[in-house]
Amino acid sequence: MKTSILTIERIKEYLEQGKRFDERGLDEYRDIKIETGISKKAEGSARVKIGKTEVMVGVKLDVGEPYPDSQDEGNMMVTTELLPLSSDRFELGPPTIAAIELARVIDRGIRESKFIDFSKLCIKEGEKVWTVFIDIYSINDDGNLLDAAGIGALAALKNAKMPKYNEKTEKVEFGELTKEPLPLNKTIPLSITVHKIDNSLIIDPSKEEEDASETRLTMGLSEGPLFSSMQKGNSKELNIEEVWQIFEIAEKAYKKIWPKLEKFLK
Amino acid sequence: MTTKEKTFKRPDGRKVDEIRTMSAKVGVVPNADGSAMFQFGDTIAIAAVYGPKEMHPQHSQNPATGTLRCTYNMMSFSVTERIRPGPSRRSQEISKITEWALAPALKIEQFPSTVVDVHISIIQADASTRCAGINAAAIALAHAGVPMKDLVSSVSIGKLDKQLVVDVNKDEEDWEEGEGATDMPFAFLSTQDKLTLMQLDGNITPKQYKEAMELARKAIKQVYEVQKKALKESINEEQ
Repeated sequence: MKTSILTIERIKEYLEQGKRFDERGLDEYRDIKIETGISKKAEGSARVKIGKTEVMVGVKLDVGEPYPDSQDEGNMMVTTELLPLSSDRFELGPPTIAAIELARVIDRGIRESKFIDFSKLCIKEGEKVWTVFIDIYSINDDGNLLDAAGIGALAALKNAKMPKYNEKTEKVEFGELTKEPLPLNKTIPLSITVHKIDNSLIIDPSKEEEDASETRLTMGLSEGPLFSSMQKGNSKELNIEEVWQIFEIAEKAYKKIWPKLEKFLK
Repeated sequence: MTTKEKTFKRPDGRKVDEIRTMSAKVGVVPNADGSAMFQFGDTIAIAAVYGPKEMHPQHSQNPATGTLRCTYNMMSFSVTERIRPGPSRRSQEISKITEWALAPALKIEQFPSTVVDVHISIIQADASTRCAGINAAAIALAHAGVPMKDLVSSVSIGKLDKQLVVDVNKDEEDWEEGEGATDMPFAFLSTQDKLTLMQLDGNITPKQYKEAMELARKAIKQVYEVQKKALKESINEEQ
């Protein structure tokens, strides 16, 4: 059920005093837990929990034709399913705009940062390349699926091993994984989303806070600091000073959570 | 401008802060309540507004406010290699982004339970199509007489290797030298320095992104002038 106006008003009152319902700081993430290898059949997989929010991400690989504009590079595709099992707000059916947007924001963060080394995923130029499928499933939506999905995608990619490829038949022998990891680069783009509620800027919103959020900015941020992707979501406008504050909050948050995630992602 | 910026060569010979030739025209779809064309060089977008009208199906009505509904569509022949007609994941996302970019300018709450449909079609694409679409849609909304607090003006900033440039075209979007191309579309409430659209594809430091934002802030003033001129012309024609 959507959060009541009553609750949203109360969230705003709290924020005005710099407080949140769960006593977190405005720039504080809930506990983040990562588990990898949650599905044996996937080439790579991960479960990420941020507080009660949970996503599962699987990486599958297959061989296909390259795109006309990248004849010697592998491909990538990100899809998201917001499962009805994860919230009473989601329904079965074709992907909603929320699912499409989430997948595309995560896609850009990974693609533009060149986290996956696509040049090493070419089997035969112009004919055969690897396609990396990153499939994101929501298991429990208690807010901030975006950042959970971003971390989940990275962890699943990091966890992935190349399947066996039979050069004679030119087919993938599914079910047999090599020890070869997926070729990855060193730039690791964390997805960090800052929300604006009234005059407050917060990260990692609960579901209720997400309902109160007027606008959000998701950044694919890596060490440097370097942005690889960005997306403003929702229709409230932002002034320039607010954008600068958002950058500062994101950079701070990055420094705070990176050490905890490092061993899963590096 | 620094000497480096002076010597930087854009594929079409523009200065780094030079927008392609813009043109705009109001009233390109007579059937619509409001319509407009907006052009950045070889990128041409048209937009038509229908509404405020009753929202159907009824269960989608919001008695507290009106609803803005945008569709962005690229014509199959608008690019070198034909694209399949109909909505794609890309077009659906851009539709939503466009909606978010325009909504802050509208006083749509004045029309409860209604919908304002904005249909954008890209006739010819040479990059920055979402920006052209937003610019066309903003004028079309004004032309339709939907009450607005401001116009919305949009422009893309590119980073080609290390150099920031205003209004990216297709050759620049495909820039491969050095650090490659970074694409940053922006939209502002035209007279208020308030951002309604921010996206980024590529790699850039926060510091340089701020510079890009500043370039966009200046560039949209020119876009705004073109939009205003088109609206004024349409009023003179009607008289």
